[in-house]
Parts: sequence; C-alpha cells; structure tokens
Amino acid sequence: MAIKMKKKAGSTDMTAMCDVAFLLLSFFVMTATAKIPEALPVDTPASVTQTKLPDTDLATITIGKGKVFFDLKGREVRVKALELMGQKYGVTFTEEETKTFSLMEGVGVPITNLKQLIGMKTSERNKAGLQPGIPKDSLDNQLKDWIYNSRIANIDVNDKELQIAIKGDAKEEYPAIKQVMDILQDQKINNFSLVTGLRATEK
Amino acid sequence: MAELNTGDGGGKKGGKVRSKKANSKVDLTAMVDLAFLLITFFMLTTTLSKPQSMSLGLPDKEDDKIKEKPIKVDENRTLTVMLGDNDKMVYYMGLLATPIAGPKEISYGKEGIRKELLKRKLSVVEYTGNKDKGLIVIIKPSKKSSYRNLVDILDEMNIVGVPSNAIVNDFSPEELKLLEDK
Repeated sequence: MAIKMKKKAGSTDMTAMCDVAFLLLSFFVMTATAKIPEALPVDTPASVTQTKLPDTDLATITIGKGKVFFDLKGREVRVKALELMGQKYGVTFTEEETKTFSLMEGVGVPITNLKQLIGMKTSERNKAGLQPGIPKDSLDNQLKDWIYNSRIANIDVNDKELQIAIKGDAKEEYPAIKQVMDILQDQKINNFSLVTGLRATEK
Repeated sequence: MAELNTGDGGGKKGGKVRSKKANSKVDLTAMVDLAFLLITFFMLTTTLSKPQSMSLGLPDKEDDKIKEKPIKVDENRTLTVMLGDNDKMVYYMGLLATPIAGPKEISYGKEGIRKELLKRKLSVVEYTGNKDKGLIVIIKPSKKSSYRNLVDILDEMNIVGVPSNAIVNDFSPEELKLLEDK
C-alpha cells in the first residue's frame, strides 16, 4: 500500500554522548579546586614568564601590608610540619586540630595563637585584618622555623626538597621582601620563585 | 532531531480508547550543548588558574664577611640600575666615578630601559669580542622601591636576555645622593 515515509532524517541518539559529556563534566567539577578567599589578598606584579608553579612540594610565603603569611601544599606535609612546630614551641595540638590545620589555607598568626585560629570557622578565619602575620623579626623568628620545619617535613613525607615561592604585593616596599629573602638565604635557599601574574599586553 | 512528542494520540475517535504511546525520545541536543560548554569552561579554568612564577637564583651568602671574596668584573661590562621611589630608575654604565654612559634617569618598559639594555647587550659583546662575556646588570633596589619595580626589572632581564644579573643591596653615598637628587 502506501509507502511509509521517513518522518525526519538525521535524528541521532544522543544518550551516549550526553552520558560522556556529563561524566567528564563531573570529573572536572570535582577536580577543580574551589578558590578559597585568601586571608591576605595580594596584587601580584605582572611578568611575561610562563612557568607555572608546581602543585606539590611547595611553600608559599605571602607578603603584603607588612604581614607575612605562610602556606604549605600537601596534607601530610602540613601535619608533619605542624607537629614539628608544636614540638619546637611547646604547643600540642589534638588530632582534630591537626586535621583541621591540614585542610586550611595559609596561616598568618604566631604559633601561640594558632590553636585559637584553628578553632574558628572558615569564614571567620579569613576575615581581613584578623591575622596579624607570622613574626619574623630577629627576636622571634617563627617564619624561619616554619620554613625550616616544613622542609624537614617535606623530605620526610615526599622525599623531595621543598620549593619556596614568594608571593609579594606589588606595592610592598623592597625591604620587606628582602627580609624574607634573607631568612631564606640564611638557610641556604638560594633558589626560589617569585609569583607573578600574567602581563596582559606586551608593552 | 529527536523530539518530544507531546500530542496525545487519538482520543477523538470515540469508542476505542487507544493507549498512549510512550514518549521515550527527549531532545538531548540542548543538554549536550550545555554539558560541553561547562566542560570547556572547567577544563580551561583549572589549567589556567595556576599562577605564573619567576625563578630567582641568588648567590650563596657567606656568613663570615672575611671569607667573602669580592668578585672582580670588567667595569666596561657592567650596567648598574638603581631603583628609587615612585617608580624612578637611574642607570649608569661602568663605574660611577668614570661612567661610560649616564647616570641618567630612565623609564621602565619598552621605550625606556629595554632599548638601552638591548643596545648595551650588543655593544658589550662587541667590546669583549667573546660571546660568553656579555653584559652584566647590577640591580640595586633602594629601600623605597617597591616589589613591583624589582619584578619589572627582573622581567626586563628575561625579555632582553641579559646573560647575567645580580641584585646588590649596598649603596655607596654617591649613589644614594644620585637617587635622591633625581
């Protein structure tokens, strides 16, 4: 009888494609790390260098507004570094506190106030101006100990030398940066990175 | 394209009640579009958000001042850049007492220091006649200079490809005076 015409040509089954797309999507969403607001926001100067910072074995020293913050990558390294710092300054941290610390961002408080900081909520912690910075003068050089102990911790955990990156605010005066560089050099760290933004246009 | 059939089949024909055909086909095109858009977004942002870094190597610092050996270099190869406050920069070539060029105030960027560096880079190689003995730039950031100035000048070193540069923190009184006067 009547020949049945194809109603529409080119209808593809997209189910499989959709599945793949969403699988990939969920993968990227999960691996993407949410940008946590920094306790010390800095405006890094721009440069044309394209080298990226490593993801592991890295300690970042943030300098801005005369304050110094210290951040360490890797949970296990952080735990170990905190333990070493605790031993050095006679502060003991509970297991719960250690765990919270391992998940935290950069810290900028003297070690004696660290317990208090850990006890806070994340939103409170990153309030601007709350953290006074890590003491780094010659009388009470905790930054030096943080760096030193982190290096030990990193070698213990990852069996690699820790890389140090300095993330300075563009408007920060040079002596503040130099002081940190000197602390690094006192420990024979002569190679480190300066974190910079991308220079938008070639001047 | 796959589409969602919403029209109910029949019902007008009285008597027999036809069972509705199951509408299994949903138009997935828009959904797939959206999914891929998001994938692209996440892919790009995860890899691009990593901050850039500039590696900096400094010479060994000797605690004992007596052990420290001064490195002697040909003064005809050195260009000293002093960074002052308010993004000022003064440069001179050679020794300050008998400068080959300058001391002169110069600006950052392509039109300022870069031109000078490129010129000097070539002239020094010409002077030494040895490709391995190129220009040496001595960077002297003053106490009032900002971190941006330091990064800018180091970046300039990378752009120009200055063979060796050093960051020196000592200022002679003459140099300080020069910076203040400018």
